[in-house]
Amino acid sequence: MRQLADRVEAAGGNVRQDQDVEGAAGIEARDVWAGYGERQVIKGLNLRVERGSVTALTGPNGVGKSTLLRLLSGSLKPWRGTTRAAGADVSALSVRERARLVAVVPQNVDLPPGTAALEVVLMGRNPHMSLLSWESASDVDIAMEAMRVTDSDDLLDRRVDELSGGERQRVAIATALAQQTPVLLLDEPTANLDLAYQPAIMSLMRELASAGKTVVVAVHDLTLAGQFCDEVALMSEGAIHAVGSPEEALTEANIRKAYGADVTVLAHPSTGKPIVVNP
Amino acid sequence: MAERRVRSAPAASVESGRIDAVSARLVGLRYPWWRLAIGGLVFAATAVFAASQGSVDIPFGSVVGVVLSRLPWFELPADAKPTWNTILWELRLPRVVLAAIVGAALAMSGAAYQGLFKNPLADPYLVGVASGAGLGATIVLLTGVPLFLGGFNLLPVAAFAGGISAVAVAYSIARNSQGTPLTTLILAGVAISALAGAVSSLLMIRSDPELRPVLSWLLGSFISAEWSESGVVLVYIVPSLAVILGFARILNVLQLREDHASMLGVDVEKVKALLVVAATLATSAAVSFNGLIGFVGLIAPHTVRMIWGVDYRFILPMSGIVGATFLVLADLVARTVASPAELPVGVVTAFCGAPFFLYILRRRRAGVV
Repeated sequence: MRQLADRVEAAGGNVRQDQDVEGAAGIEARDVWAGYGERQVIKGLNLRVERGSVTALTGPNGVGKSTLLRLLSGSLKPWRGTTRAAGADVSALSVRERARLVAVVPQNVDLPPGTAALEVVLMGRNPHMSLLSWESASDVDIAMEAMRVTDSDDLLDRRVDELSGGERQRVAIATALAQQTPVLLLDEPTANLDLAYQPAIMSLMRELASAGKTVVVAVHDLTLAGQFCDEVALMSEGAIHAVGSPEEALTEANIRKAYGADVTVLAHPSTGKPIVVNP
Repeated sequence: MAERRVRSAPAASVESGRIDAVSARLVGLRYPWWRLAIGGLVFAATAVFAASQGSVDIPFGSVVGVVLSRLPWFELPADAKPTWNTILWELRLPRVVLAAIVGAALAMSGAAYQGLFKNPLADPYLVGVASGAGLGATIVLLTGVPLFLGGFNLLPVAAFAGGISAVAVAYSIARNSQGTPLTTLILAGVAISALAGAVSSLLMIRSDPELRPVLSWLLGSFISAEWSESGVVLVYIVPSLAVILGFARILNVLQLREDHASMLGVDVEKVKALLVVAATLATSAAVSFNGLIGFVGLIAPHTVRMIWGVDYRFILPMSGIVGATFLVLADLVARTVASPAELPVGVVTAFCGAPFFLYILRRRRAGVV
């Protein structure tokens, strides 16, 4: 396992010291207010994510999970408040600087038809390349390592339009890993995946976190969130309603308040982690 | 999954073999310079051939000889007639060179637009350059505006300004606080085109029956090509194409969704603005003297993409070579097929281009390309 963690680190876990303030949280949002046009989506949100942990972001549809991820990645500027990643104020960074700090796997990834998987993963090297530079041998090594870590190295010469949904998702994650950022955000990475791939992706997140990355995953499946994440943040009405270990956050009362739905929370027979089922 | 991932070292050499095997497709790993070199040779041969043809046939070898004789260490070939020098340097070569420059500019701008708009139907005229330039030309040719001002030809100036203005209006309409949505930009371009086209038509209907100069400009022709025209358009085209080429790798990343590309460190709005400005400058300059030549900007990049794949670092320069070769050939047909009369070169490009394009589409549908 130690060996694996080393390799994960080589592929993208190595935190750039110059951008990383010692002792700072992986991610920190303080009294953030944000929205689109007139519409307010995030209302006074606070969140702190420890470095080297996996946090699940959950909550009902339309509560602002994707908006929060956009804020944390710096692509949406807050109206008020600050969002910091690895110690830096992301909304003050240039597009290129923040792509070296925060990598994002968007929801429903569209990959350009006709492109080979390795070519797509190499696009993850863009924030480290100058306008006129070409992919170096070390860029190819980093991209290949990212594909190995995501178990997609077998796909390197395959056209991305010929890949299955799960394969495409792994190529998208590999692209984000090739960015070698200290922070990784994923928007519903398991949405289109089958039963076997969902835990595979989530345990990959665990391994990346144990190699030092700060990971935030938006997920709908509360049980999946509970099994694999260090922390679960439940959103409701544009703010974090409950945050803590899966056992602390995923209680029947919290879920009822966030979703307005009655559920039963059981304990997993071997791990004791919460399993959320309809009553 | 975890067990599979912890593989021992030997797997790496197998993979490096596979990377090697596919690197012919991965332009970034092993650039196919030789294809560009062959393309360049084919272009050069086409240009010499085009210069050799006409009412006076000059042997292929003599064309090369006469051209090389301008260099200090070459003599004029012994069999060369004195008139050949004049015919080549005064008449044919200015035409061939201008056609090549215009062809390359239209093809590369078209390739940039197809990449930027992710739309296979995009051509350099997409956001209004053509109708704007057409309106500018029509105003100079049909209204009281003088064609010459102190010996200075106003037609290319008006066409150039018209093309740029149309795109500027479309761009400023499409722009909002979030950025410039490309769909809105295309729609604004369509509306501006319709408006400028309507004004041009109105001017034509209300003017004298002598519409030939306008029609000739609207269909494109290199009949009046001079060296000075090549010089002027190059001033705009060289920097514009350099910018487009410089963003070739970024255009690859832009094939992802815009938000994804931005997460990968691409300043999408800045790149969009730069590429639209560069393509507009190159296209407006290309059409200013010779009029609107269709199909080059659509057909050249498509052909390149269908045959040689998706990397813009190869598509862009190869499109330039293909576009230049195609337009030199089209102009050769335009001036020789109905000699001594001339066809508008835009008619020739459409005549040759459309069937060829349909053929390529058929082959692609059949899975051959």
